[in-house]
Amino acid sequence: MGKTPAPSRKVMQMSDDVMAEIHRDYLFNLVLKGERDDGRAFDEFRDISIETGVAGMAEGSALVTLGDTQILVGIKIQPGEPFPDTPDVGVLITNTELIPMASPEYEAGPPREAAIEIARVVDRGIRESKAIDLEKLCMVKGEKVWIIFIDIHVLNNGGNIIDAASIGSIAALLNTTLPAERYGLGEDSPLPVRDIPVAVTAIEFGGELLLDPSLEEGKLAGTVFTVITNSDGSISGMQKSGIEPLTIEQAMRVVDMAGTAAAKIREKFLEV
Amino acid sequence: MSEKPEHFIVDGKRLDGRSVNELRPVKIELSPLDRADGSCYLEWGRNKIMAAVYGPRELHPRHRQNMTKAVVQYRYNMAAFSVDERIRPGHSRRSIEISKVGRDAFEYVIFTKFFPKTAIDIFIEVLQADAGTRTAGINAASLALADAGIPMRGLVSACAVGKVDGEIVLDLMKEEDNFGEADVPIAMTAGGKITHLQMDGNLTKEEFYEALKLAKIGCDKVYKLQRQALIEKYSKECAGNGEDASPEPEGDADE
Repeated sequence: MGKTPAPSRKVMQMSDDVMAEIHRDYLFNLVLKGERDDGRAFDEFRDISIETGVAGMAEGSALVTLGDTQILVGIKIQPGEPFPDTPDVGVLITNTELIPMASPEYEAGPPREAAIEIARVVDRGIRESKAIDLEKLCMVKGEKVWIIFIDIHVLNNGGNIIDAASIGSIAALLNTTLPAERYGLGEDSPLPVRDIPVAVTAIEFGGELLLDPSLEEGKLAGTVFTVITNSDGSISGMQKSGIEPLTIEQAMRVVDMAGTAAAKIREKFLEV
Repeated sequence: MSEKPEHFIVDGKRLDGRSVNELRPVKIELSPLDRADGSCYLEWGRNKIMAAVYGPRELHPRHRQNMTKAVVQYRYNMAAFSVDERIRPGHSRRSIEISKVGRDAFEYVIFTKFFPKTAIDIFIEVLQADAGTRTAGINAASLALADAGIPMRGLVSACAVGKVDGEIVLDLMKEEDNFGEADVPIAMTAGGKITHLQMDGNLTKEEFYEALKLAKIGCDKVYKLQRQALIEKYSKECAGNGEDASPEPEGDADE
């Protein structure tokens, strides 16, 4: 609407990879001095905002911004059949859509590797923390259970989608209603959520560990390591990706940093 | 699915008689496949895994070629009959994720810069699954790469650690994987650099640190088995040519 994007943004849209590569030495030298491009400390997250209830037709929803990253998470719930091997528990399905709107790099089509990995890591945190009591979502054993769909819609990729998606998912679940009335199954009630898992992602760059990588930092990172921490400080999920290795000491340090960062995020944004 | 056992560890012994830091029996056969450039058949407990490597070979379509290095491709696949309930053949979300992190586990050790514009293809077929197939797959892939003569910094060795009955144990078997409290698959170089790490379940920070230490012990054991298998095979090749077959002293090639 008449607004001209800043030149750097315009160039960014040509190729994130190329721009990141051009900035590699600059960012590397900053890290050696203990600094980051946007002035953050190594263990500091970008600004977070969460707005819940933004998608009125969904049973729960949350719009999360993490720096430039914007993600809308919607929860839909419907009755259905359980999986044959787990007849007495509800079903949790997590999906991520990296829609072409979110980045010039994304293309339309079924979820590919990157989207599947994000969805599976977020799913791991929520499932393994037992944040949702899936056993309570069984209505008739082997026949009828509640199926919870978490759909993660990335609107703008400004880096570190996993953490934003994790925060968005749990924020949306905390705001979700079980739609029993619609299906003639009793009264609506809030979805019981027992824990608040939070994913925190670190990258290794220039020998340092940086939390909440920006888009460029993420592009340059050889190692991306996500740790999902629960309210009691225990860990419910981890995922290392990227082509560079991690030392045992680095893995231990990330776990420590992630626990502290997750506790802060939980306290500030997610505790009811 | 079987029922959850009441106890996983009785008098220091696990359900299959192993101690907490013991691997399942491992059997390795190198070059079982004729067409592939390198291959390995691995039995790990009741897991049966076939790994094959092709390459470096020209990568198609051309636009996927990298002008500065080889592209590593990793395909983890489970045979439809490898588990109790038949699984639909082809990719699943699980196999896509395992393939991705499997590829990541090898990018560091393979000297990809030596082979620009090519592909190095790693194929893993799980023929019989009994918990720990991704780590067994990585171990087999590592040997298939060596068998194919792909230049590497060193082997990658993998094992899972987990928690059952509140104790950290090495190499989860099926029951421990299904009903245990945590599962942490890890791959390392001989020098202890982590190239693969996932975790699900519930662990405290301290338990995770303990798990990492046990994983290092486990990966060291696996490395010895892998190394032994390579020496045995290529000693025979050397002996056939009347050459000296004495192996080099052990060392961390990747440091």
